[in-house]
Amino acid sequence: MEKKEVHMDKNRDIPVLAVSGLSVSFLMYDGIFGQKELRAISDLSMQVHAGEILAIAGSSGSGKSLLASAILGILPENAVTAGELRYHGRLLTPELQRRLRGTEIALVPQSVDFLDPLMKAGAQADGHRKPCPTQERRRIFHRLGLPGETEKRYPFQLSGGMARRVLVSTALIADAQLIIADEPTPGMSLQQALEALRMFREMADGGKAVILITHDIDLAVSFADRIAVFYAGTTVETARAADFQEGGAALRHPYSKALWRALPQNGFEPTAGFQPYAGNLPKGCLFAPRCSRRTAKCMQEVPCMRVLRGGEVRCFYAE
Amino acid sequence: MGRWNPFRLNGRIRALMLAVVLGVVILAVYAAGILIPQDAVGTDFIQAKQPPSWQHLFGTDNLGRDILMRTLKGMSVSVTVGIAASCISAVAGILIGIAAAAGSRFLDGAVSWLIDLMMGIPHTVLIILISFAMGRGLRGLLAGIAATHWTSLARLIRGEVMQLRGQQYVMISRRMGKSGGWILRHHLLPHLAPQFLTGLILMFPHAILHEASISFLGYGLPPEQPAVGIILAESMTYLSSGMWWMAVFPGMVLVLMVWLIDRLGENLRRVIDPYSAQE
Amino acid sequence: MKNAAGRAALRFLKNCIRILSLLLAVSIISFALVSASPVDPVQQYIMKIGPVSAEQRAAIEAYWGMDKPPTVRYISWLDALVHGDFGISLLYRRPVIDIIAERFGNSLALMLCAWVFSGIIGFSLGCVMGMHRGKWQDKIIRRICYLLSSVPAFWLGLILLLLFSVKLGWFPVGFSTPIGMLDSEVGIWQRLYHLALPALTLTLVSFSNIALHTRQKMIDVMNSAYVLFARARGEGGWTLFVRHGLRNTILPALTLQFASFAELFGGSVLAENVFSYPGLGSAVSAAGLGSDVPLLLGITLFSTLFVCAGNMIANLLYGIIDPKMH
Repeated sequence: MEKKEVHMDKNRDIPVLAVSGLSVSFLMYDGIFGQKELRAISDLSMQVHAGEILAIAGSSGSGKSLLASAILGILPENAVTAGELRYHGRLLTPELQRRLRGTEIALVPQSVDFLDPLMKAGAQADGHRKPCPTQERRRIFHRLGLPGETEKRYPFQLSGGMARRVLVSTALIADAQLIIADEPTPGMSLQQALEALRMFREMADGGKAVILITHDIDLAVSFADRIAVFYAGTTVETARAADFQEGGAALRHPYSKALWRALPQNGFEPTAGFQPYAGNLPKGCLFAPRCSRRTAKCMQEVPCMRVLRGGEVRCFYAE
Repeated sequence: MGRWNPFRLNGRIRALMLAVVLGVVILAVYAAGILIPQDAVGTDFIQAKQPPSWQHLFGTDNLGRDILMRTLKGMSVSVTVGIAASCISAVAGILIGIAAAAGSRFLDGAVSWLIDLMMGIPHTVLIILISFAMGRGLRGLLAGIAATHWTSLARLIRGEVMQLRGQQYVMISRRMGKSGGWILRHHLLPHLAPQFLTGLILMFPHAILHEASISFLGYGLPPEQPAVGIILAESMTYLSSGMWWMAVFPGMVLVLMVWLIDRLGENLRRVIDPYSAQE
Repeated sequence: MKNAAGRAALRFLKNCIRILSLLLAVSIISFALVSASPVDPVQQYIMKIGPVSAEQRAAIEAYWGMDKPPTVRYISWLDALVHGDFGISLLYRRPVIDIIAERFGNSLALMLCAWVFSGIIGFSLGCVMGMHRGKWQDKIIRRICYLLSSVPAFWLGLILLLLFSVKLGWFPVGFSTPIGMLDSEVGIWQRLYHLALPALTLTLVSFSNIALHTRQKMIDVMNSAYVLFARARGEGGWTLFVRHGLRNTILPALTLQFASFAELFGGSVLAENVFSYPGLGSAVSAAGLGSDVPLLLGITLFSTLFVCAGNMIANLLYGIIDPKMH
């Protein structure tokens, strides 16, 4: 009994996915002879464990969706990456990524646009792998409350909510261990959004690891176990969802605090300035230009991620 | 995109360089058309049916005329016809396009019907008809080519104006009581000018090809004109007697010219159209 | 589904009405154009049959209705057309409708060959370019396409004639049916033999358009969200091409191919003239040069009908794809 506990614990220690120092940039032509590097993700680290939902929260345009592509190994050809990804402790090479995507790692994209407009929903959910999981898929469609004729419909004949459930079904059919949900809720009614998030909660409770990419802090707080706050292409803080419910002093990074204060129920207080553009990142701490507590050091040096009060933070002065 | 290559030029510079090269070539062809004296393309029976040599790079024809000189003179005629017909056609295209987009729904429907009509008759057949109606010769050829080439530009301009009309700044100007002409001058024309220019340049190659084809068929320019289509039509008679140079070289010059202009237009379009700029 | 069928029928009906209106307009325009011509058809006719007296000339003019105003002549011409009478060709001394029927068969064989081959070659090359965007395959094929679209059909025909007939001697230089043989005696192999070079010419000048169009479409598909998702599910290479690339590009390509009947006919006019192929294309240019007004008008109307039919099929196809795309 005790031994099993230890084993479980040990397993628990090895995250399903560990990202360390991931950077993604693009080379762009600029001017006549110029070349510009757009740094979409810089030095990002995070872990997600079996049985938990990690929310990656940040405003739009912060490069969150590229993170999903980087994990799956489907970045555009002109992307340059650095850093290390590990899946169950094994280094995620392009070869391994090719084998795992669609089987062990599944993406749940945002909208009906991710369905082939000329392919019927059923065939689309079945996917390309043999043998065709038609029986299993029908069962899952039924469980998701999709009516029987859905499989014969083309995407343009599906409602937004139905399309979303078809997309979710692909992750269930694959029985993936790691599910990356990219903004699964916008455009949904609150009812539908809660419903969708409940499905992800169920998956996590069933022992899967779920990464929930979202810009909606409120939903993240109510459904995720931990929240990674994303800013200008990197995580500035990882906190328990409870810390966000508590707010204020429980949070570690000035940006997280600002985000919290910007929520309607907490005073709707905006932060001055804009998130920096990927082609023009500041030299030191990415948040420094907007931070009220910045010092000369912040403008020069990039702070490292460090453990603080059961979470992680990327700030020299957080306490 | 691949790796960075410092010798790779971006689209803007490439288009500009192509434009310069093309300008020089067109000017050279023009100059050749004017400067080559009539007796350089005169008949000389002693020199008849000569294969290519240093003296006659493209050889000579059945009457001993130098084919290089004739081709250059012919190209200048073709380019002139092409440019003139394209200009007429492009102006018609922009006017019809604006009228369709800015006018009443009935007018729009009428223009779309007219475009369908123009697309319904094979262009070659229509140009033959028009040349026939106008008694063959330069005028009929110009009218025929101009009448058949405006449709794509008109469609493009109509779409553009429709889109601009819905833009907020245009609506605000209208709300502020600016006249239609003012809006046209200040908001529409600046957007349409580049479209017009690329549409015009992309029309040249088609117009030149049509001119050559129609002249080849025996319509259009009179036989004594050294148009490339006419040289090639003459060459058909001498194909079996082994005078391959009469067919090969003038055609190659024609293809080169058309290809060059087409590439220039395409490059210009790429520079102007931001959506295709990433390529 | 019933509703969809009803909509399709309505669309078809609308298209038919549009084609009828276009044909009527073409008949008016072409009749007006030939009436405006300085070429006097009576004079042309007389030149062919030899010297005639003034009374004979007047009789011919009266027979053709040249003494009446153009509108009256147009209406009687249209009336005859509706009854299937296209008049008598001056060049061939036979009813225009017979000449069109006979020659259209030849032209159709030529155009069908070129249509099928240029479609298959163009679509395949377009797919190769689109799937290998920016790589060497794309660059080489694209340049070939650009170059071929700058080549006039008649010159390409001349070059093929030089190469295969004069140089290699595989085909005779003149191409009409062999002397001393009736058209009906010509066997299928003989026909194919005569068809080969014009069809090759027409195929070569036609495929670049469809190839470049398919390339662009394929690039759009490969950049789409649904292909990103398919990749995320482990699809790639051939699977991705068959499941999504082919599916989303083939109908637009087919639509374009149907919409390009006008270019096809224009190209066939040139190819037929170079190879003296006995089709509508060589007849129309001969009719224009020989001032054979009835034949010229007949072929104009017929080619318009042909092109409009293609455009209508393209329209109907587009109507099927469009709602699914958006």
